Amino acid sequence: MGMTITQKILAEKSSQDEVKPGDIILADVDLAFANDVTAPISIDFVKKLGVEVFDKKKIALIPDHFTPNKDINSANQCKIMRDFVKEKNVPNYWETGEVGIEHALLPEQGYIKPGMLIVGADSHTCTHGALGAFATGMGSTDLGFAFATGKTWLRVPETIKFNYTGKKNRWVYGKDLILYTIGKIGVSGALYKSMEFTGSAIRELPIEERLTMCNMAIEAGGKNGIIQADELTDKYLAERGVKKEDYTVYKSDDTAEYSNIIDINLENIEPQVACPHLPENTKGISEIAKEDIKIDQAFIGSCTNGRISDLREAAKILKNNKVAKFVRLIIIPATVDIYRQALKEGLFDIFLNAGAVISTPTCGPCLGGYMGILADNEVGISTSNRNFVGRMGSSKSFLYLSSPSIAAASAITGKISSPEEVLK
Amino acid sequence: MKLRGKAWKFGDNVDTDVIIPARYLNTSDEKSLAEHCMEDIDKDFVKKISKGDIIVAGYNFGSGSSREHAPIAIKASGISCVIAKDFARIFYRNSFNMGLPILESKEAVDDIKETDEIEVDIDTGIIKNITTDKEYKSNPIPKFMQELINSGGLFGYAKKLLNI
Ligand code: SF4
Repeated sequence: MGMTITQKILAEKSSQDEVKPGDIILADVDLAFANDVTAPISIDFVKKLGVEVFDKKKIALIPDHFTPNKDINSANQCKIMRDFVKEKNVPNYWETGEVGIEHALLPEQGYIKPGMLIVGADSHTCTHGALGAFATGMGSTDLGFAFATGKTWLRVPETIKFNYTGKKNRWVYGKDLILYTIGKIGVSGALYKSMEFTGSAIRELPIEERLTMCNMAIEAGGKNGIIQADELTDKYLAERGVKKEDYTVYKSDDTAEYSNIIDINLENIEPQVACPHLPENTKGISEIAKEDIKIDQAFIGSCTNGRISDLREAAKILKNNKVAKFVRLIIIPATVDIYRQALKEGLFDIFLNAGAVISTPTCGPCLGGYMGILADNEVGISTSNRNFVGRMGSSKSFLYLSSPSIAAASAITGKISSPEEVLK
Repeated sequence: MKLRGKAWKFGDNVDTDVIIPARYLNTSDEKSLAEHCMEDIDKDFVKKISKGDIIVAGYNFGSGSSREHAPIAIKASGISCVIAKDFARIFYRNSFNMGLPILESKEAVDDIKETDEIEVDIDTGIIKNITTDKEYKSNPIPKFMQELINSGGLFGYAKKLLNI
């Protein structure tokens, strides 16, 4: 029986010739990481065991959620991380001033390679599957276990194959493909399963948009999102100093078994917006723009859409335009390198002239932490991945999800709008 | 091991943001987390439950973030067990690692009414509704996970693996 990419990686990492969906395996971990919300419990786990970490180079600690520290409690959480990093001499740690959002930072810095098994104490760890790795999010205790033993237990998932063909319409990005897909299968449409994104349209999709797609696998309940590495992946990695001989590219067998195969033709997809309070409540922009939904805040950032290509797309819309009166536009580059690049390209001038505020890299408002919280009855549009009740602040607020270009266009018109309305 | 308490019912897709909102994630102290358990979906939840009570919910319970604070908050609030039609993957795993027993049974969830008296046998997976005198069988717990339970959860299992 053939195997999928996911099965092949899991078989390799558990030293077996073959694994089947439903098998529970104990696998070797290539990279294990946690953030300032989740790491303290993992650290506690290692300390209580009284052991060293299994391999210093294979763990990473990334204080990104509430940094620069938003309050005393978060400062204390970060201090626990920092003290641990000092004590164990962990090289992969980034201080405020260097740190970025974990799922943007790790691929950008060349930590993610095809064929790796990656676990993170953060649900959006599935992002890294975009480079042909198996990556999945877990809890802090799981990460503590991985830090201490270098292993993790996993149930081998069934795989759903998503086959994308056809050409993208204007203003359609990876974000729209994944929102459309979640709208189609629902927030538990891929529960426990692997989502393998494939087809001619995926082969043409830039790496940053692939990262956006895999990022939201969890929003469909998926265990991991995965895209077979190809020439675009090789090029992306080469730019980060990762050599081809340093990784293994796995391909799904033709005879691999899928629990379901879903064909999606891009010609049918227009830019998407997910309405409150679930990512599956998607509508095409032409439909939702008619509803005249006034917004109070637009947020461009997060591990989903805070990369340089996202900022460039936003800048195209914001150039020579002004944010609508009484609307706040918050832009947060996901990493320091992105921040520097945006500054260099003159994007900050465009943003500032439009009336946006730019923050240092942080998760911030994405999880309703700080840096742009919604008040009661306010409406926000965000390029992040979740619009659950209270996700960006008040449990009485309303949050819509979209690509950066729709978020930027909406900030200018003051209501949920297509980029066409601004650029006509 | 048998657990017994009143049933508190919830619908589908109860996510981790309502189980424990992100605004309280600046601590991992059990007691403070427990105080805010479920408050965005039912603000009186913590006040009305008694120790041993059981949450009974629909599909995809615990969807959303990987925060372990969610099963910790539920367990620390005094809830002894969650019965749902099914669970979000990470929540399933976290609960198990944290020692919050969780069981899947569609039939039991459809049948049980709010405040019914429920008894759960963790070893056999048998769920009894004392109020209506009905019995349900939940999906059995996989073997590897039983081994985890026997080692005293993930911590005990780590000790075994590392020979300490
Ligand atoms: S940006 Fe949002 S979704 Fe991404 S890791 Fe941070 S809090 Fe989580």
